[in-house]
Order: sequence, then C-alpha cells, then structure tokens
Amino acid sequence: MITKRIIPCLDIKNGRTVKGTNFVNLRDAGDPVALAKLYSETGADELVFLDISATEERRKTLANLVLAVAEQINIPFTVGGGIASIDDVRLLLRNGADKVSINSAAVKRPELINELAATFGSQCVVVAIDAKQIDKSWIVHLVGGKEPTSIDLFTWAKEVEQRGAGEILFTSMDHDGTKSGFANEALAQLSSMVNIPIIASGGAGLSHHFTDAFIEGNADAALAASVFHFKEIDIITLKNELISQGISVRI
Amino acid sequence: MDIVIINYGAGNIKSIEFALARLGYQAVLSKDPETIRKADKVIFPGVGEASSAMTKLKDSGLDILIPSLIQPVLGICLGMQLMCESSEEGNTVGLGIFNTAVKRFNQEVKVPQIQWNAIQDPSSELFNGILEGDFIYMVHSYYAPLIEDTIASCNYGINYSAALAKDNFYGTQFHPEKSSSVGRQLLQNFINL
Repeated sequence: MITKRIIPCLDIKNGRTVKGTNFVNLRDAGDPVALAKLYSETGADELVFLDISATEERRKTLANLVLAVAEQINIPFTVGGGIASIDDVRLLLRNGADKVSINSAAVKRPELINELAATFGSQCVVVAIDAKQIDKSWIVHLVGGKEPTSIDLFTWAKEVEQRGAGEILFTSMDHDGTKSGFANEALAQLSSMVNIPIIASGGAGLSHHFTDAFIEGNADAALAASVFHFKEIDIITLKNELISQGISVRI
Repeated sequence: MDIVIINYGAGNIKSIEFALARLGYQAVLSKDPETIRKADKVIFPGVGEASSAMTKLKDSGLDILIPSLIQPVLGICLGMQLMCESSEEGNTVGLGIFNTAVKRFNQEVKVPQIQWNAIQDPSSELFNGILEGDFIYMVHSYYAPLIEDTIASCNYGINYSAALAKDNFYGTQFHPEKSSSVGRQLLQNFINL
C-alpha cells in the first residue's frame, strides 16, 4: 500500500516555534514540545523541526529540544538547521531524532551526504533543497533561501540521490508563504527523475493544494507550517478530503 | 519486570526507552551479557547498515548471546533483519534465528520505503488488539520475504514480512516506538508475553 504523509513543520528559533512569510517577518506560534505533542495526537504522520537560530548555544539548545520532543511523541521526526558534521548528526540521533535534514552544508561539501549515509544509513538522511525559478530554470539557494548558487535543482536532486540521500525535502521559494499551492510541475519532474521519496514544501493554503501536490506533483509527502499552526487547516479534516479524492493516507 | 534494550551502538534507542517509559516501564540499556541474560524481556533495536551493525554485535559477543536467549526477545527494524539468515545489505551473515534471506526492494517502488503502511493478516498474540488495516511506520530499503514464521505482512510492490515470530523470538520490520497508538499496543503486548 502507498500512503501519502502530512507533515507539519516547526521552525525553531532559540527554542520557540516561529514561521515567516517568504522566510522573513517571523511570528511566534508557540512552544515546540506542546505543538509536537498536539500534532502527534491529531493526525500528523511525521514532524519536521527546522532550527533557524544562529546563537553560540544552538547545538546544545537543539539537542535538548530533540530530547524533550522524543520523550513526548510517538511518531517520527526530522531535525534540520545548521547540521554540518557527523558529530552534529550523532548527537541528534542519540537524543531521539529519527532523521536529520541537511541543506547548505551538503551543497558546500556534497561528500557529507555519503559520509552520513555510510555512518547512519540512508533512511535517516534527508536533503533539503530550497529553489527558486529564474528564467525558466530552478536554481538552488542557500542560507534559508537568501544566497543563490549556480546549481540546477534537478541536477542536484539526482546527485544527492546517488550520494545516498534517503529523501528530498523540496521547498519552492516562489511558493513559500504565498498560500497559492505547491510547485506541482517541478515536483512531478523531481518525482520522475529520482527514486527516493519527495516531500513537497512551500505554498500550502487550502486543502486542495495537498490533493494537487499528491496527484499532479506526485509528491510522497507534503509539508506545511502556518496553515496548521494557526488552525486554518485541520489535519484529520484534510485527510478525510484526501481519502474522498482517492488518495490513501493513515487515519 | 526487567526490560533490557541491547545497547550495541546501533540506532535510535532513546525513542524505544521513552516509549516504554510512557507505558510505565523503566528499561535498562546494556550490552552486558549477564544483564541481558537475566532480563525478563529483551529488545534488540537497530537502525543503520547491516554489516557494520553485525560487526558491532560480534565485537561484544552478542552474536553468540542473542540466539541463546530463552526469554521473549523483540528485534526491531534492522534488529529483526539481523535475526535472519543473511542480508543482501553488505552481504551480511545474520544470527540465523529466522530462516530467510533479507533482500533489497527492487526499483519499481521508491527506496527506501518511508511511510505508514497497513498491517495485513496479523496472527500472533503480539498483535492482540491490533486489526487488519491498522497503520504502522516503516522506514527501510531491505525486507524479509513471507515465510512460515511471518505473523503479519505489508505490501510495498510485493507482500513481505511486517513481523516474524519463532519460539521466544519476535521481530518487527516497523518501528513500534514510532507507530503511535498501534505501536504502543504492540509494545504492551510484548511486555505481556
């Protein structure tokens, strides 16, 4: 059976959940552990925590948060943000994270993907890719979408798969925060090119956007933040709608 | 009730420890043979790569100890796979408890399988209170085929073993500690054995 996954994303800064529009103008949406527990009890299939803090203590703060989350929830969760070494990953997995998500560090040193896959297994290595369409090409961006590279999304996706990534979390910066739907064409192309699961991110606003991401975009999972945090979309209601559209989900 | 989680440096054991704590049991993490042998229940976890995990087991003599245990033993994910004869992953020779060879999913499906899958044909006290179609969390690239010891199956391109049982040995391909209320029930069932 193939089931699609619904994944709330909690952006974390200094131990608190925040969510911005187009990656700026952060708004506080609560305590991450309480939110994580609530989501685990109300239909979320998985959780993603993205740490966007830039303090000296971030490593320790994040590790402590992971431990507190693992203690409370019984669904899988992924942790990302500033992860750049085997030691970073070891600490997070030891504290109860199931997967880690790496982004800029993988672009800067792609061998990191091979090293993590060899040490911990592909199944816990998620490569997050932020991309933006420029003159018809999808260009990979770094540092939370602020810094453009010269790398093509699809070329990079293929490479991360070959290097041992277990999953790709693709965020369309053009769609993120717009609530106008996911980047379905790019998703469909990604899904046809690689044989690892693709998580769609950026653009969720209405329930039918998820249906479109699964049917038109052929995504394996869809991630969203503010629509869930601010209760604009209820996950159980969303899942019932997906089922009515013929999409299998856990309920 | 003494529950020992075998701690041989492979995998996310914190989550199993927390899942048992939520059921009211304080598990001991250990690779000490005496501690493991004396436990009422033994959990054999595993996440990662088969051949390196097997090397770690051998380094601490656990490859000899585990098959000799007489109390209920639950292998989880890679733990279950290592309890089989062999695995295609790293051409690994396993513990030989379950008489089957672990294979890699073919490329007709996305590999790894990362999703909630539905339980088919649950048939053991390990699945008391768990129904056909209940969802459990799977994350793996390799699988055990259906064999005589299969006590539940899932479909991912093919039907394969979601769980195995033979004598006092049990294994789940899925992660009960990450499978919400269904996984919680399974862990409680294992403790009740």
